[in-house]
Amino acid sequence: MLLTVKDLFVNYGNVEALHGINLEVDEGEIVAILGANGAGKSTTLMTISGLVSPKKGKIFYKDIEISKLQGHEVVKYGIAQVPEGRRVFATLTVQENLNLGAFIIRDKDKIQKTLEWIFELFPRMKERREQLAGTLSGGEQQMLAIARGLMANPRILLLDEPSLGLAPILVKSIFETIRQINESGVTVLLVEQNARAALKLADRGYVMEVGKIVLEDRSEKLLKNPEVSKAYLGG
Amino acid sequence: MEFFFEQLINGLAVGGIYALIALGYTMVYGVMRLINFAHGDLFTIGSYLGMTILATYAVTAYLGPFVGVLVLIVMVMALVGIIGVILERVAYRPVRQADRLSAVVSALGASIFFSNLVMLIWGPRFRVYPEDILPRITLNILGLDVPLLRILVLVTSLILMGILYFFVQKTRTGTAIRAVAIDHGAARLMGINVNRIISMVFLIGPALGGAAGVMVGLYYGQVNFTMGWSYGLKAFIAAVLGGIGNIPGAMLGGLLLGVIEAMGAAFISTAWKDGIAFIILILILIFRPTGLLGERVADKV
Ligand SMILES: Nc1ncnc2c1ncn2[C@@H]1O[C@H](COP(=O)(O)OP(=O)(O)O)[C@@H](O)[C@H]1O
Ligand SMILES: [Mg+2]
Repeated sequence: MLLTVKDLFVNYGNVEALHGINLEVDEGEIVAILGANGAGKSTTLMTISGLVSPKKGKIFYKDIEISKLQGHEVVKYGIAQVPEGRRVFATLTVQENLNLGAFIIRDKDKIQKTLEWIFELFPRMKERREQLAGTLSGGEQQMLAIARGLMANPRILLLDEPSLGLAPILVKSIFETIRQINESGVTVLLVEQNARAALKLADRGYVMEVGKIVLEDRSEKLLKNPEVSKAYLGG
Repeated sequence: MEFFFEQLINGLAVGGIYALIALGYTMVYGVMRLINFAHGDLFTIGSYLGMTILATYAVTAYLGPFVGVLVLIVMVMALVGIIGVILERVAYRPVRQADRLSAVVSALGASIFFSNLVMLIWGPRFRVYPEDILPRITLNILGLDVPLLRILVLVTSLILMGILYFFVQKTRTGTAIRAVAIDHGAARLMGINVNRIISMVFLIGPALGGAAGVMVGLYYGQVNFTMGWSYGLKAFIAAVLGGIGNIPGAMLGGLLLGVIEAMGAAFISTAWKDGIAFIILILILIFRPTGLLGERVADKV
């Protein structure tokens, strides 16, 4: 397994947000986490990335325990996150945002290579490199957020609701991009409320409800599951 | 007309000092959303340290006036920078996750501590800088009479600002400082050690304040333990004028405030000089609370 989350409990103050999460992501997979607002999806990703500390439980990258690391250290293990709401650095240029994505990488040639790949993947970003990130459209900001995450050369990319607030046509193109990224060898853990699209893309899926995983299966099966269908696929 | 330009240079020199101090307020505010009330006192400490080093070690006797003063400034910058880093560790880091009021109380406490410390070490009375460290001559440039000291103060602060601007805009660490000022969480996701960046800001800001302290000491020839109050307040107003949190804004705000004050004193009345800063503060708060360069881009998200 590339990523293993074992019996994870997380508190915000006195309120428990995650009550014992178990999940696994294998090399090369796309794994989706589905669930309603407030289910604890973002908390799970933030805990993997080290920005939230678990109360109990462990997280492993391969067989290295990463759950005791500080937030800025996790990305060095090859785990990058594209956070919910994009969170691009609005008053910095597109190029500066991309440079920050590669903050942990010291090898200039490697950065240049990744950058060329990014510009193939998102030609828009090349045109707009000198533009301030805050002046981009919502879809472009999402592309930038993904591109910035890829600049760290991650083995696994955590994506938190990349389709949030985008027009249907853009959603399609973002999902297509995620497929391309995965095909290039990056493992993907995808959090989505857009369950149908996510399951069509993913190999496997987990369904979360109020801080617990209530269902896990292969995507085809989840798509056919009547309960999933009723709760998340609109009938 | 000559009078006007002489006043302009005068205002720019004082404004450069305001700008150097304002940068400390604005950088700390940028990365922590905290007004470091002790910053004015760090400036005072810089001024006194400069005086003591000059009197004790006579750096200018060995190295000549110009190199000597340069070395003095660098020494004081290093010392005050270290004090700044310690201040953050001791007074601000422990209350960072706590509510806003704790941080404000901690900042006020630090300010009171430092001004009392200065008074204990150096006494409550005015102290004079060693005399004639730099030649007190007046140059004639393009028909304007300008004291050499004034030019040196202006040039030094412009050079320091230039270095800072380059560092913040063009280097990897400088970009990381700007990223932390925008979003701590996103910066950490990039692998940026936010604690290290905050320490660095508490090294740079106080160092610049210390440099300003030495220059004020050399320029006016005397220091006092309350000077951090008036300079700190003016510099804070300059930071708000430029847009608090905005680095070029602090530079612009400082220079502008210096010039407006000098012009006000020259053409309206010297009695109004100190009042002008407050009038500007009130006008800014009413008409443009974000300052001149604040909020360049509306966050679309
Ligand atoms: N920073 C926070 N402080 C306190 N409670 C939080 C915080 N972030 C999330 N929560 C709470 O934790 C629960 C899970 O939230 P979240 O992980 O954001 O869910 P999701 O991403 O699935 O919508 C919610 O009840 C939410 O209100
Ligand atoms: Mg969420």
